[in-house]
Amino acid sequence: MAENPQRPAMSTRPLSPHLTIYRWPVTMATSITHRATGVGLSVGAVILAWWLISISNGPEGWQSFHALADTPIGLLVVFGLTWSLVYHFLNGIRHLAWDLGYGYEKHLAERNSMMILVASVVIAIAIFALAWTGHGGYLR
Amino acid sequence: MNSAQTPLHKVQGMGSAHSGTGHFWHERVTSVALIPLSLWFGYAMLGLAGTSEVTALQFLAHPWNALLMGAFICFSLWHAYLGLQVVVDDYIHTAGTKIFLMLAIRFSVIAVTATCLFAIVRIAAL
Repeated sequence: MAENPQRPAMSTRPLSPHLTIYRWPVTMATSITHRATGVGLSVGAVILAWWLISISNGPEGWQSFHALADTPIGLLVVFGLTWSLVYHFLNGIRHLAWDLGYGYEKHLAERNSMMILVASVVIAIAIFALAWTGHGGYLR
Repeated sequence: MNSAQTPLHKVQGMGSAHSGTGHFWHERVTSVALIPLSLWFGYAMLGLAGTSEVTALQFLAHPWNALLMGAFICFSLWHAYLGLQVVVDDYIHTAGTKIFLMLAIRFSVIAVTATCLFAIVRIAAL
């Protein structure tokens, strides 16, 4: 594109910092993940409604739900919802601590952001591992 | 005069949205209620994993479990309603789209809550 001689060096003028030019600190990632998991869990509520209705429809209802939920994609969705709930739960508790005035120090916020990200994945995998190794289903 | 606010406006403390800190506060109250309810929900879901519809029916037909599931659903969807409103507030700046989405969220949340509660009552009555 040809330069406009009347308006030199427009692109080099300083800009105020905004979302796309920041280097992403981990706290930014945990913040948007909290929102994303919240929206995801809202969709999960629709699946919970479908599950409850399917139970109330008797054996055929249960089977029709599990015909979809037990597919690889279905299990991926259930795992995604499990992780989302664990993450939103842990980070939500951190939000409540912030509301009470605790944990605003930068190094603390960065450290427990990493802890929450790692712990949420570990706990979600642990829940699935328990279910797969036959440690679930204890309400039978 | 140091402030453009009238004394009445100042003492009411409702701000420009005319609702004060109500939205924020309800979000916190529902989140506190959801701490024990989510732990119970996780316990229930893992306990039902790999079982049959008979187990799920018997579990949910128990009054305490029906009550806890109902409470989990009501608080979850109330919390989701407040959270989704903020998402729309933050990203949608066109009046028409915003009103449409706010109505869609409100109606969807009521529909999902009603469906869940209906299913719980139906299970208890089976």
